[in-house]
Amino acid sequence: MRNTLAATAASIVAFITSSTAMAGKDLDAIKARGALNCGVGIGTAGFMLADSQGKWRGLSVDVCRAVAAAIFGDAEKVKYAPLTSQQRFTAVQSGEVDIVMGNATWTLTRDTALGLDFTGVYYYDGQSFLVPKTLGVKSARELGGATVCVAPGTTTELNLADYFRANKMTFKPVVIEKVDEIRAAFFAGRCDVYTTDASSLAATRAANVPPPRTFDDFVILPEIISKEPLGPVVRHGDSQFADIVRWALYAMVEAEEHGITSKNVDEMLKSDNPAIKRILGVTPGMGKALGIDERWVYNIVKQVGNYGESFDRNVGKDSPLKIDRGLNRLWSQGGLQYSPPFR
Amino acid sequence: MTDVPVGERKQLAPPVDDSGPLGWIRRNLFSSWGNGITTVVLIAALAWILSWFLDWAVFTANFTASTGAECRGQGACWALIREKLRLIFFGTFPYEQQWRPLLAIIAMLAMLITTSDRRMWRPWRLLAIWSVGSFVTFLLMFGQIHIPLSLFLAVALVVGGVGLAFRQGIGTPLEMNAYRALAAVGAVGLVLRFAGILPAWKLPITPFSYVETGLWGGLPVTMILATYGLLFAFPYGILLALGRRSNLPLIKGLCVGFIELIRGVPLISLLIMASVMLPLFLPTGVTFDKFLRAQVAVILFAGAYIAETVRGGLQSLPKGQFEAADAMGLNYAQKTALIILPQALRVVIPPLINTFIGFFKDTSLVLIIGIFDFLNTANQALVDPAWAGYPGEVYLFAAFVYFIFCYSMSRYSKYLEVELNKGTRR
Repeated sequence: MRNTLAATAASIVAFITSSTAMAGKDLDAIKARGALNCGVGIGTAGFMLADSQGKWRGLSVDVCRAVAAAIFGDAEKVKYAPLTSQQRFTAVQSGEVDIVMGNATWTLTRDTALGLDFTGVYYYDGQSFLVPKTLGVKSARELGGATVCVAPGTTTELNLADYFRANKMTFKPVVIEKVDEIRAAFFAGRCDVYTTDASSLAATRAANVPPPRTFDDFVILPEIISKEPLGPVVRHGDSQFADIVRWALYAMVEAEEHGITSKNVDEMLKSDNPAIKRILGVTPGMGKALGIDERWVYNIVKQVGNYGESFDRNVGKDSPLKIDRGLNRLWSQGGLQYSPPFR
Repeated sequence: MTDVPVGERKQLAPPVDDSGPLGWIRRNLFSSWGNGITTVVLIAALAWILSWFLDWAVFTANFTASTGAECRGQGACWALIREKLRLIFFGTFPYEQQWRPLLAIIAMLAMLITTSDRRMWRPWRLLAIWSVGSFVTFLLMFGQIHIPLSLFLAVALVVGGVGLAFRQGIGTPLEMNAYRALAAVGAVGLVLRFAGILPAWKLPITPFSYVETGLWGGLPVTMILATYGLLFAFPYGILLALGRRSNLPLIKGLCVGFIELIRGVPLISLLIMASVMLPLFLPTGVTFDKFLRAQVAVILFAGAYIAETVRGGLQSLPKGQFEAADAMGLNYAQKTALIILPQALRVVIPPLINTFIGFFKDTSLVLIIGIFDFLNTANQALVDPAWAGYPGEVYLFAAFVYFIFCYSMSRYSKYLEVELNKGTRR
């Protein structure tokens, strides 16, 4: 038994060291394969789901498509592998996929001890509150004395207690394990408030409201009380590939900031603005620095769209979820989405 | 008894008519006051539930909505099934190519239905049905198949070996020499192939575009996992059962150990081992196909259960059968294949089909390792925010499809039981 344990440990160690020893290999393998292997979660409304035609769509999926557009000039050159939350990190560690879009929260331990790299934040999620409009509440500060439906044993429950304590309010928790049962309890009126991550609240509001009440009878309060930054995950070892993933996302944000959209990107190629010329590769340099085609940003924006377009289409105002941009506004509009300069 | 004139005899009521449907009702449903009341109450309850269900499922149902929102506040939203039908049946298979999984389903059904006919139960007929059927199925699913030289050699070796074992003392010298030649070509060829002397030649068959297993989904995945899981698990389980009854302590120990180990853990843990742990022990970049890993896990698991069922059949045979076979001078393979197994398997057909039905449904567990089987694609249809909120319709539909498969299997088992026991019935 001890021998097997030792052998197991040794193989894990060998695996970790071997994966750190190879730099640039991942990108070469992706180019040789001709497609990006992208791990996605098994179905989260707005972020990743197979639509009626079996095509993967969503905000997270768009980031994979952007990376493929940057590397190959073709956003369709992606092979999707559906992964559960137990599998997602192993799959990227073992090389089964190149990148994971599992709506994983970026934390210090995940970024370091697991041998993974988070390359940015495509969605600033966080815990929020869903209430019926009839409650007449506009802010979480007015929730003193409320009954709150919450899942047990999660950081959600701790955050909730901390928030109410910090604001000197009391609450009665209704603790239920299963998501479906929590929703049922909330809509049946067993609690005034349902709290979990804002993206999940939006999905609940879009999909689970039982008739005769509708979407519009419920509001998600504006306060976000926890930090859940969701980012793309790659494995340690190939910094060049990690750079491309990082800057593919930044390119979507930067394009939105400069007003470059999938509709006007062809006209923007003729722009006199030196910043736009640099971004779109009219003035070469950015692509060479990353080791990919100079027109990479053009390809991303043309085929996937800028960050705002992708957000609105998948989770925002043009989707059934109707999630407020909130923290995901550009920094120039009071949000957190911010790209370092392209120069 | 005094003799009373006919006209003054007390007229007895005619006996109650208990023939025909009315009589049946009277006898079975209204035989007493208590039964009568129970019947009325239950019929009223059934009618109420049925009318509610019909109202929901048919009369107020929406078949034509173009988004989920249009269905709100009405009966069943069957429009959701209409919209998501191809996703549920074929998953993420490329949309314009989805005629291929459809034909693959038909090919597999044809294969299964012809196999269920007893007239087809001849080794060569079964071999022909299954090799053609499987070839068509996988060619349609993959689109391109490259058959390596080593597979041809392995087939030659197996055919030669099996022929030698079963036709010993029966076949003509010419036939036996042909088997010897086949086995020799296969064995020598394989050795040369692995020594690197023969080239890595492959027979390419490429009529369609290639679709990797990661894109497969829906009913073909469930059917492939179940059909091929059981196809490989069945002989494997028989071997395990025979091994468990072997006199050689090593073989017996290995078989018992394997069976007890596999039966001692849930299928979910095997699947998670195969999908999460296995990749960690392989060098980076070396990965097995996820679908293949799940398929192997299903085969191992089903094999252990089938082995135990078959062992029951083996133990039910009287010792005389074994001794009689020995007395006839049959070797072990002939004794087992011609005398023992036909009788043992006939006994265990009902529990065996029970195992098959269980495994057909158990394949849905692969959803925990992210394979899009039929149930998982049905789940996927629920995630779409434009259509979400109608889980009842989707699960009812999925249950209906599963029911068709499982009920046909159970009816078939009933038919087989009668068929195969004709000889023992009086």
